[in-house]
Amino acid sequence: MAYSEKVIDHYSNPRNIGTLDKSSNAVGTGLVGAPECGDVMRLQIEVDDATGTIRDAKFKTFGCGSAIASSSLATEWLKGKTIDDAMNIDNMDIVEELALPPVKIHCSVLAEDAIKAAINDYRVKNGLPAIEKI
Amino acid sequence: MLNLPIYLDNNATTPLDPRVLEAMMPYLTNNFGNAASRSHSFGWAAEEAVDYAREQIANLIGANPKEIIFTSGATESDNLALKGVFEMYAQKGKHIITLNTEHKAVLDACKHLEKLGAEVTYLSVGEDGLLNLADLEAAMRPDTILVSVMYGNNEIGVIQPIREISAIAHKYGALFMTDATQAVGKIPVDVNADGIDLMAFSAHKMYGPKGVGALYVRRKNPRVKVTAQMDGGGHERGMRSGTLNVPGIVGLGKACEICQQDMEADTKRIVAMRDRLETELLKIEEAYLNGSKEHRLPHVANISFKYVEGEGLMMGVKDLAVSSGSACTSASLEPSYVLKNLGLDDELAHSSLRFGLSRFTKDEEIDYAIEHVKEAVHKLREMSPLWEMFKEGIDLKTIEWSEH
Repeated sequence: MAYSEKVIDHYSNPRNIGTLDKSSNAVGTGLVGAPECGDVMRLQIEVDDATGTIRDAKFKTFGCGSAIASSSLATEWLKGKTIDDAMNIDNMDIVEELALPPVKIHCSVLAEDAIKAAINDYRVKNGLPAIEKI
Repeated sequence: MLNLPIYLDNNATTPLDPRVLEAMMPYLTNNFGNAASRSHSFGWAAEEAVDYAREQIANLIGANPKEIIFTSGATESDNLALKGVFEMYAQKGKHIITLNTEHKAVLDACKHLEKLGAEVTYLSVGEDGLLNLADLEAAMRPDTILVSVMYGNNEIGVIQPIREISAIAHKYGALFMTDATQAVGKIPVDVNADGIDLMAFSAHKMYGPKGVGALYVRRKNPRVKVTAQMDGGGHERGMRSGTLNVPGIVGLGKACEICQQDMEADTKRIVAMRDRLETELLKIEEAYLNGSKEHRLPHVANISFKYVEGEGLMMGVKDLAVSSGSACTSASLEPSYVLKNLGLDDELAHSSLRFGLSRFTKDEEIDYAIEHVKEAVHKLREMSPLWEMFKEGIDLKTIEWSEH
């Protein structure tokens, strides 16, 4: 199975690898997946409290090339979005952008889950109710 | 001069040795006869070539040429042995014993036989991959007709105590069969000294062509018979019908001859390279060798790099052809059952790479592999949340993971 050029690009030059201070109230952390499934993604956002805009996004991923690329792409898309807009990122957008084959669709689902988990972590920390997945 | 990509997946298949190709060429061109044609010189030439190959093969494994049954490969040989014995010895019993780390050709043939009324015991192995002989002895029953244990494992290279296992099988009146696909041609295998009654092996794992293999079927002490699973012209003493693959068989014969001649020298070189690769890679923090270090085929090293996922790692060493126990490399999304059956945590099974060397592997290729695997492991750990947690002293088992 060959990887698409975009997957290879994100894998070789991952954007926004790193760690934000998870104890900060401005930071939301989403940790999804499980080591025994072979995929774990941790996605973090730092939100500007006044505007609700995502100032920074970081990720670390244990997984295959497609999982790494999905989370790397997600951090790119998150930066500059409001948390409300970010909630609308759909896994199929990731599938399309990275040209993921059917066996790798779960990587994009995981990235979407990580985004939503990070936003909800931020919301709960700041006294807002968590939003259920639509 | 290093040519990329580098092939280190010789447990999957080996390149064809040029000497083997040379031996095969006449039988792919002018000598095209059917070995079963008794009425003309084309047939005689083919038959002569097949007989010669049978001798070359028998010599390598200490057998009589008449005990070699040609097949399309080890999968067919495994199927013929298991199904053929079950059918032939149905009167005697219906119990078969095997291991849960066997190749799928054995496991799935056993599953098939279970549907036909067989009772199969799948023994577990220790964390070193070795069968505990006391477990085998305890599993033996009066109606056990066959014990099937692979010689050397395809994923971790572990060599089972074949002589002890066959002795136990025989003590209880059962036949002993072994899938020796990874062992024949790589280490000394002797059907008499090892007490083997049936043995499956294949040409393409020992520098021969694909699509040809053999089943050794003992003719004396005891005389073993298998019921044919392919009906037709009654070739191969009635055990396997079908026109013989003459060029393939000539290739298998030549491959066996070369392995016999060169085994000592090849093994010495391959072991030195394998050990160097392994020693260097095990210097990486949290890297573990899978399977017994001591009882192992000379050309295999299976190593888990904890907190790094195998397929992601393979992508990082794209000019290195290796394989992984990672789920992502298979359609099932399940990690290697062999590694899981060693009792490895799933995450370690997902993190494994298998290196398989050959007589054509060069020292420079090992240098390249060491350097690039180290680099890729380092790079991927920098982006692994699990590595970060490990470094912070967090026990991953205490985390509630959201399984998907």
